[in-house]
Amino acid sequence: MNVKYWSRRLINHLDLPLLSLLGFLLLISTLLVFSASGGSSAKLMSHFANMAVAVAAMLIMSQVPPQRLMQFALPIYVVGILLLLGVAVAGDVVNGARRWLNLGVTRIQPSELMRLGAPMMLAWYLHSRQDMLGARDFIVAALLLLIPIGFIVKQPDLGTSLLIAASGFYVIFLGGLSWWVIAAGVAGVAAFLPIAWNYLLHDYQRQRVLTMIDPSVDPLGTGYHIIQSSIAVGSGGFSGKGWMHGTQAHLDFLPESSTDFIFAVFSEEFGLLGNMFLLLLYSAIVWRGLQLAMNAPSLFGRLLSASIVLTFFTYAFVNMGMVSGILPVVGVPLPLVSYGGTSMVTVLVGFGIVMSVASHKKLVKT
Amino acid sequence: MTRLNTHEDFQRFYIRTRIAAAGAALLFLVLFGRFVWLQIIQYDRYHALAESNRIALVPALPSRGAIYDRNGAVLAHNFSANTLEITPAKTNGLEQTLDRLSAIVQIDLADRKRFKRLLAESKNFESIPIRNKLTEEEVARFAVNRYRFPGVELRARLFRQYPFGDSFAHVVGYIGRVNDKDIEALQESGQDANYRGTDHMGKLGIEKTYERWLHGQTGVEKVEVDSSGKAVRQLSRTPPMAGNNIHLNLDAKLQQVAETSFGELRGALVALDPRNGGVLALVSKPGFDPNLFVDGIDPASWRDLNDNPDRPLVNRALRGVYPPGSTIKPFMALAALELGVRKASDTISDPGYYSLPGSSHRYRDWKQGGHGMVDLKKSIVISCDTYYYQLAHQMGIQRMHDFLDHFGFGRRTEIDLDGEMAGVLPSPAWKKKRFKQIWWPGETIIAGIGQGYNLTTPMQLAVATMAIANDGVVFKPQLIRAWSDPATGRVHYAAPQVIDRIKLNPESLRVVKEAMVAVTQPGGTASAAAAGAPYLIAGKTGTAQVVGIKQSEKYDASRVSQRNRDHALFIAFAPADDPKIVIAVMVENGGHGGTTAAPIAREVMDYWLLGKLPNQPVSVPEPGTEEEQEDSSPADESTLPSVNALREEELRNER
Repeated sequence: MNVKYWSRRLINHLDLPLLSLLGFLLLISTLLVFSASGGSSAKLMSHFANMAVAVAAMLIMSQVPPQRLMQFALPIYVVGILLLLGVAVAGDVVNGARRWLNLGVTRIQPSELMRLGAPMMLAWYLHSRQDMLGARDFIVAALLLLIPIGFIVKQPDLGTSLLIAASGFYVIFLGGLSWWVIAAGVAGVAAFLPIAWNYLLHDYQRQRVLTMIDPSVDPLGTGYHIIQSSIAVGSGGFSGKGWMHGTQAHLDFLPESSTDFIFAVFSEEFGLLGNMFLLLLYSAIVWRGLQLAMNAPSLFGRLLSASIVLTFFTYAFVNMGMVSGILPVVGVPLPLVSYGGTSMVTVLVGFGIVMSVASHKKLVKT
Repeated sequence: MTRLNTHEDFQRFYIRTRIAAAGAALLFLVLFGRFVWLQIIQYDRYHALAESNRIALVPALPSRGAIYDRNGAVLAHNFSANTLEITPAKTNGLEQTLDRLSAIVQIDLADRKRFKRLLAESKNFESIPIRNKLTEEEVARFAVNRYRFPGVELRARLFRQYPFGDSFAHVVGYIGRVNDKDIEALQESGQDANYRGTDHMGKLGIEKTYERWLHGQTGVEKVEVDSSGKAVRQLSRTPPMAGNNIHLNLDAKLQQVAETSFGELRGALVALDPRNGGVLALVSKPGFDPNLFVDGIDPASWRDLNDNPDRPLVNRALRGVYPPGSTIKPFMALAALELGVRKASDTISDPGYYSLPGSSHRYRDWKQGGHGMVDLKKSIVISCDTYYYQLAHQMGIQRMHDFLDHFGFGRRTEIDLDGEMAGVLPSPAWKKKRFKQIWWPGETIIAGIGQGYNLTTPMQLAVATMAIANDGVVFKPQLIRAWSDPATGRVHYAAPQVIDRIKLNPESLRVVKEAMVAVTQPGGTASAAAAGAPYLIAGKTGTAQVVGIKQSEKYDASRVSQRNRDHALFIAFAPADDPKIVIAVMVENGGHGGTTAAPIAREVMDYWLLGKLPNQPVSVPEPGTEEEQEDSSPADESTLPSVNALREEELRNER
């Protein structure tokens, strides 16, 4: 039980290709946070701290065997639901949304827990029913997914609920949901959209969608973000304005330039070349992640890993689509690039799980 | 079974993962397409948008030229002071801000009312002054409390100031805030670019006439700004070019002497230099304080000025039209001689009235019983009406009109001030056009003594008098004497402009001038006013029945009788043999020209020709200087308190 043993054990459970790709992304993130904050070393320090915590969390998660994780799937889910219930009853309202729960010691956002908790629960459920999977199981799975989403939509937090829905859907889809059901589901959603538009969405959510379609409707209000971020992206041109030379970012025309809109800073300073590189980097991470998922020995591991990776992709896509003006503005950070500890921890914990799943083969039990 | 299932599961998972990966790749391709659209195809557009976000052209304002009198006394200048401005859109609650602000800076009701009016005229995101000329203590107090007042800013600004207050309001005029109408006019004349950032421009008087020179050339500063519009750094700068200074022909002291001579009387005085047409004094009483208008007049002061029955806002010298009355007589006499209607020695017998042949209607002379035998000279000296009734009838309205037309009656003098009235020099053609009526012979008779349809401005009378004084040479009356570029110090003099050389027989002129001199000698109508003058004055008194400027004041019994009195007129030039000053005086409801108007002219001439001050002290706020005035010798520069001292005094009062 010496240092050598522990470090070898640690390394054994890590995937070096994935690790180096993620490291690359964190390097880019560091450059961008520094630029977007106007060269603030204080912000850089706290970014380093966030990264340190997140990387540590990833390393720890990579050491936790999937079996242990499976044992925790149901308890985490139940606790998550209870906390969401608590939020709905006694949550703190910040900026018009009831998302936080005050535990006396600290304030937490239970929806963050559900980002991993929901796919874990679904993967565990399908895994446990894998020999007799039937239509009923998928209905149960869908219900298990809809409960937390219902709470989160009501907070309201559209971005998070959509992404949790996506992560859950990936589990169900990869678990073998019948194409017929998928087709019916797509039709159902299409039919449901007008109803959701009229009765379920809040005014500000509707406004975001309308503004995305035509930002000039409201150039000083919600349209301002889209217009300014489109200008940042467009004015970056082919090769960009150079690191630390983005005028949109440095003269404060970009809102949230170090968090949700950090991609605009990147686009402005590194241009189309940079964007291509970033897309390739994300694709490589997704590719490597899916490879690891496919090699996972258990259904739980496969479903959970693939869902985590695809959700990671979804975050990236939604964020870049939002910044470049093809998706409505939902509060989704660019994964592993945006400044912010919570998101970074959640994403890297996810990748820790992916690595753990891929590396704990000896203990496979089928 | 289990293994098979697992294998199938795996197969399915494998295929579906590939499908998901393909879907992801497709979505990334869409993103890539979007990036190409924004960054390559639409690059030029977004590049331009980013630049226009980043770069702001900030106008660099030129300082406005000053206005001086002929001796360098400052009539209008700028000084720097602190002003408190509010941008309504940036405050959290305008009323609340005003209330809290008034706790640390004095804001009185007039300030509030003026602010309300400016607010109504401007857009929400413009900054509007609430208090001007803050004291240093107020500046310090606000600076400490600044954080409590979002949208309230302290700005150092150049203020226009008119040190003489009322005295030159009708000449120098004032500047005021640029309004929508001004902007339209500027756009039409293509000057709007030069007025970017300028918030004041000339609205009246010299300030308006010479706006182009006074304003200067606006410079441009190209700066990089952040999203809140704050300049981050300067990229380039074209400096502004200060406006030209304007030097007037006016003499500030002469103007004050004239003003003081009027006392409480209403009226106008124009003094010209007959050798070049320079306007030496231009008085319209009562005046008003142009300083009130610079930053928007408060409604109460405006009402006071606008509703005042004395009409202080009307420039009587240019816009007041009055019948010339007997002051027309020298011109009629000249016409008679030049047209050969009369010889100087021709004599009439004046029974005290005149009747048209075949008519019993009597046109009365001002003197009951008449003047007896009257020749041309006597007709001017004692102002015989009958002589001119008869003369007018003989001459006929058309010839009368054509001759008087040379002297500028009924036409604008083209002085370099806006708003001048043309008056009326009646003729049958004019009457037909104006009233669509034919001319009656009786109308010719009263036109002969300057009544009836005749209307002139004091300025017109002065110009016509200049024509006699100059033996027919008429200069355009000119306020501007020179302009100078403050950067180079170069002075350009405005050339005198001859607008007419009337061909007049020297003998006719001699006779008329002699008669006009006799007017101011014992036996003449202005002898009292001219008594003891060591120089010869040629003049003519006049009395005009009240038609006057439009008077729309409310019925006020105590004033009616006073206001129905005749206007007193006097025209003169002196010294008669070598004229250096031409004067036209009009005193509203002043009664007889010889007793109210002529003394004012005398005091002005005395000062101009002899440097002698009137008996009563000139209204200067410094009590100490009055004694010095009386002790000092005439024509001495120190007879009036120095203009600079006066200016400083005024400035001290302002702050």
